[in-house]
Order: sequence, then structure tokens, then C-alpha cells
Amino acid sequence: MAAQKEDNALTQYLQLYDTEAAEISARSCPVLEKLRKPALKRLRTAALPHKGTPGYEKTDINAMFAPDYGVNTRRMAWDVDLAASFRCDVPNVSTLLAVVANDIFRPTATLENNLPQGVTVCSLDTAARKYPELVGRYLDSIAAEPRFRHTVATDLNNLLMQDGVFIHVAPGVRPERPIQIVNILNATVPLMAVRRVLVVVEDNAAADILLCDHTARPGTDYLINQVTEVYLGRGASANLYDIQEADAGTSRLAENYIYMPHEGASVAFHSFGLRCGNSRSNIQVVMTAPHCTTDLGGMVICTDEERTDIASRVTHAAPHCDSDQMFKYVVDDDARGAFEGAIVVEHGAHHTRAYQNNRNLLASEKARMHTRPQLEIYCDDVSCSHGAATGQLDARALFYMRSRGIPESQARTMLIQAFMMDVVDKISLDGLNSRMRHLVERRLSGESATCAGCNTENLNCK
Amino acid sequence: MKETEDKEILLQVKNLHARVEDKEILKGIDLTVRRGEVHAIMGPNGSGKSTLSAVLAGDPRFTVTEGSAALHGANLLELSPEDRSHEGLFLSFQYPVEIPGVSMVNFMRAAVNAKRKYFGQEPMSAGDFLKLMRTKREVVELDNKLASRSVNEGFSGGEKKRNEIFQMAVLEPCLSILDETDSGLDIDALRIVASGVNKLKTPENATIVITHYQRLLDYIKPDVVHILYKGRIVYTGGPELALELEEKGYDWIKEQVDAKEL
Repeated sequence: MAAQKEDNALTQYLQLYDTEAAEISARSCPVLEKLRKPALKRLRTAALPHKGTPGYEKTDINAMFAPDYGVNTRRMAWDVDLAASFRCDVPNVSTLLAVVANDIFRPTATLENNLPQGVTVCSLDTAARKYPELVGRYLDSIAAEPRFRHTVATDLNNLLMQDGVFIHVAPGVRPERPIQIVNILNATVPLMAVRRVLVVVEDNAAADILLCDHTARPGTDYLINQVTEVYLGRGASANLYDIQEADAGTSRLAENYIYMPHEGASVAFHSFGLRCGNSRSNIQVVMTAPHCTTDLGGMVICTDEERTDIASRVTHAAPHCDSDQMFKYVVDDDARGAFEGAIVVEHGAHHTRAYQNNRNLLASEKARMHTRPQLEIYCDDVSCSHGAATGQLDARALFYMRSRGIPESQARTMLIQAFMMDVVDKISLDGLNSRMRHLVERRLSGESATCAGCNTENLNCK
Repeated sequence: MKETEDKEILLQVKNLHARVEDKEILKGIDLTVRRGEVHAIMGPNGSGKSTLSAVLAGDPRFTVTEGSAALHGANLLELSPEDRSHEGLFLSFQYPVEIPGVSMVNFMRAAVNAKRKYFGQEPMSAGDFLKLMRTKREVVELDNKLASRSVNEGFSGGEKKRNEIFQMAVLEPCLSILDETDSGLDIDALRIVASGVNKLKTPENATIVITHYQRLLDYIKPDVVHILYKGRIVYTGGPELALELEEKGYDWIKEQVDAKEL
């Protein structure tokens, strides 16, 4: 029993909470505090998924959390020059930009001055104090909806989380400009960033949201424990883009809960793993009202010794809903990729149309890909399909290109890009579309720092 | 004296042997092609015609076990496929490969600029490149619309072959090998393709036409005709040899060669 406890990576974080509870509480507010006690109670007897836990065949979450990461419980502000440490620009896309440094939201005047009527983008902590009723209604109650698998890591987030991002779009409001949240990791000691993102898009409202994850100071080990909850009202729609560009020393566990309890909502969630270190993303979508649509897309480039693992779970709990999933991986060198995708069609969800596709390219002898598509159908009169294929570059195409004088490495890059293109083409934001093509090209040509270091203006972009 | 002779020879293949996996396909090819010449290589199915063209272009599926091949003095067998292309070798594929997701424009730009880089030149400007594409498209009457499409994807049989000759026009090789360029072409497409090849002919370059039938040779007049059988060139003659084959078929050649083997 004792030995088991020592192996449990949660132990150190529970001990940390026990010592720091008063400090955390002093800086917190009732809406956030309310989550901690029940979470703590559950965590006392819980363990993070480890090798052998079903659904986690290739990623040991317990091992991911085992190193001695610090948590910034006392909210020490890192004195970083944000403009200098990070530059990002999506040409031709003018975004409403906010920055989260580690797990602290950094308000900027430009953001506040530019927010359209009916759109709120602010610190989660601030929102929980200013709008306790609104935040309290959704925070963790989305993830706690019984059809979701409420994970142990989510409870850990409930226990330690002190800030993050709150995005709210009022009924009928459809801002033209996308909202961009840039998460920057920058610390001198190993750090666990505990972030929470809450997105509420009210009835008939719409939003485009870019969530960018970057390591600004490579060389330090980071762990991101991020929980994102998305709520969509009747007829609401959201396009979310999760863009990851992390250093080899960065691990990330991202839990995404997307909830559509009202008719006619639609969501698109695109994961772009340009460089992922060691990463696991759980993407859960639950549709409990008719005529909702879900579009999940994913593009992963995994090289060196990187590990990227995505698990999706789309639940159809109402009739006449559509879902489509397309995940594509390129795995090179000694890297490992994993994808597990489930479609669940509940009893009564007739006229469901649900599709899932996973296509992978192994670019080296040592690269490995694990894929497991799953269908659980408890209803007749549905149209569902899933498919997975893992292969290598087309040797005939490669020779054809070389015979025209295109050097092998360039030909490979062009073929890999071509393989990814249909996922990139799903991006409905024009500027981001061309940007992503460029980033993929740079990534594949082996250039370092993909997003960061782009020659552009600083953070105070319009 | 010797210098001028060397200059004239463009391709010199000596005793070339090649295999795919454990099967020997080329069993000692000797072939000399001089500048300004058109050679036709004919022969029955499975004689090794396509293998010869693939081996010369550097297809990694084949292993050369013996012999040599030199293009204007450069040792071809030591060069990567891309460098063979830069040195002036061009292979028109019997089955041009479809490459979904790679546009014709990007494909050609990469090819043109790779060659320029090889010779220490700057990449071509966008304006010059588009002008080059426009000029060369006219050689084979290739539709402008194909430029924005993926390489060969959804092209008709005729369009694919015209696209091969278009690429040849752009890359200006000194030695072109046309592997069964006539297969799958109707008579109009054949005429366009052949006329494209003829337009590109100069006293400095040479062409090897690999074909089953006399048909293509009505349009592209060969100076020399070779017959390839069982991995060797067993017979070499003038243009009249092609006509003879058309009339009599390959059986008489097969009989002669097989008789010698016994």
C-alpha cells in the first residue's frame, strides 16, 4: 500500500495543496474555491492513468506528472518582456489577442479597447469575481455532465487552478475578428502550468477562437495541465483552433469538454500539433439536442523523440446530429504517435451521421503509430463509418519528383505537406490557412522555432 | 581528333546489367547515342525496355550489378536521380505518377529552381517563371487550367503524356528517353505529342524512343533502331528495321536469338 502511494504522482500535488491551501484560498474567490473540496475528496483515493489503464496504452499520465514540478500557488508574477519573448502574427488576420503567461492572464489595454459589444475575453479569476453567477453556472458543471468522462486530471485542475481564460459571447453576437489566446511558457525552474479555459457561446452567437501554446524559454521542463470547457447555446457556433508549438521538454495534458445541449449548435475543433514534446489531448464532445454538428480535425507532426497522443470521443445523444473527424499524423525519426477515437451513438439518436478517419504517414523505419478507431452504436437507422490507415511515402511519387530534379529531402517535404493539406484546408479563416501552410513548410524543412520568431510586429498588434 | 569524337557521343552504355530483387533483367546492354540522333528501342513485352529507361534515370527499385553508363562523360550510375536530371537526362514516364496535393506550378517551380541551384544560379523570379510556363505550354498545347491542378491528378491519358513533354520542354534536357509515350494515346494526342518532341529537337540533344509499335515512328523519325530482347540489344539497324518489325512481328528475332542460346 505504502509503495503504491509513493508511485502515485498525485501524492506530491496533494501534499502541496495541504501546505498551500490557505495561500491559495487567500488569493482565490468563492466560485473557484467551491471546486476544490469535492475535488480533493475524490483525489485522495484516485490515481492518474498509467501504463495499462484502458485508453492510455501509449501515454503514461502518472509518469508525465511524476517529476517535481513547481506550482505557482502564490501567484508570483514573472517579470518577462512579453513582446520580446514572443512574437506572433497571422498575416491578414487581425485578432483580438490575449496572453496567458504560464497560467496567469495578462490583460492588455489593446484587447479591452477592441472588444466588441457583447464579447468578454478576460482572466478567469476576474470573471469569477465579477460575474460569479455566470461563471459558477458553467465552470466544471460542463465537465461534470454525466456523459463526459470527468478525468482525474480535471479534478487536479479543479484543486490547483487559480486562473485562465473566460470567453463569453452574448446571444446573437458574432464578432468578425477571431479571438486569439497565446499561452506562453516561460520559467527558470520546472513548472506546472494549471490553466482553465471556459468558453460560453450563447444562443445564435458565434466565435472563432485560436488557442496557441508556445514554449518561450526552452531548456526548462514544463507541464501543462489544461482543462477547456466549451458550452454552445441554441444555434450557436464555434471554431476552435488548438495550435501547439512546444519544446521537447514540455509535456501537456489537455482535457477538452465540448457540450451542445441545445438544438442547431455547431462546433469545429482543429488540433494542430506542430511540435508537441510529450502531449496527450482528450477531446470529448457531447450533443444532446437535435441538428447539432461536430467537425474535428487534427494534424500532427511528430519528429525526434516526441510523443503525441490524441483521444477523441464524440457522443450522439440526440437524433439528426452530424459528426466528422479527420486526424492525420506524420511520424518521423524515433517519434511515437497515437490516436484513439470513439463515436458513441446512444439509444434514440436515430438519423445520426458520424464519420471518423485517421490517416498516418510513417516517414522513418523507427517511427511508430498506434491507432484505434471505435464505434459504439446503440441505435438503428444511423450512418456511421470509421477508418484508419498507416503507410509510408509513395515511393513512385518520390522517384518521379527526383527524376525532375527535385532533391529527395524537398520532395519528401512536398509529399508530406500534400498529405496534410486537406486538414489544413478545413481551416475557414483565410489568413490562418495560408499561415498554417507556411508553418508546416518551415516545420518540415527542419527550421527551429516555427511560430515564435516570426518577423512581425509585437504583441500589441491591432 | 579524339576530342571531337568524345564530344559527339552523348550517352555511352557498356555491358549494363541490372536486377530487381533477385531477377536479372538487363543482361549486358551496349548502346551509344550521339548528339543530334534519335534512337528507337523496340522489342516484345518483358524484354527490359522500361527497365533500361528506369535504370538510366536512377530508379531505386533496380540494382545495377555490372557495367557503366556515361552521359557526356559524367558517370551516371554514381549520380542521384535528381543530379542525373540536372546533368540533362529526362525520362518521360510510361505511367506518369499522380501526386495529389502538389500543384503543377509548385512542382515545376521546385524542379526549375533545383536545377538553377545546381548550377549556382539564383531562383527564377515569379514573373520569369510564369512566362516560361506560358511559352512551354504552347509546345504541347497544354491547357492553362492544368497548371493549378495537382500533378497528373484527374488528367486524361493524353493530358498526362502532353504534361510529360511539357516538363521536358521546360527542363531542356540533352537526352530524353520517351518510355512508351504513345501508349494510351489517340491519334490526335499522338500527333501533338510527337510534334512537341520534334519541336524540341536540336543538333545538340538526342532522344531515345521506346515503343512497341511503328506507329509513333511515323511521326518521330529515328536514325537508329535497336531491338531489345531478353535484356540485350540483339539487333541494330536503320529506320527500315522498324517497318520490317511492323510487317513480320518479333517472332523471327526471337527464333534467331533463342536458336543461338541453344
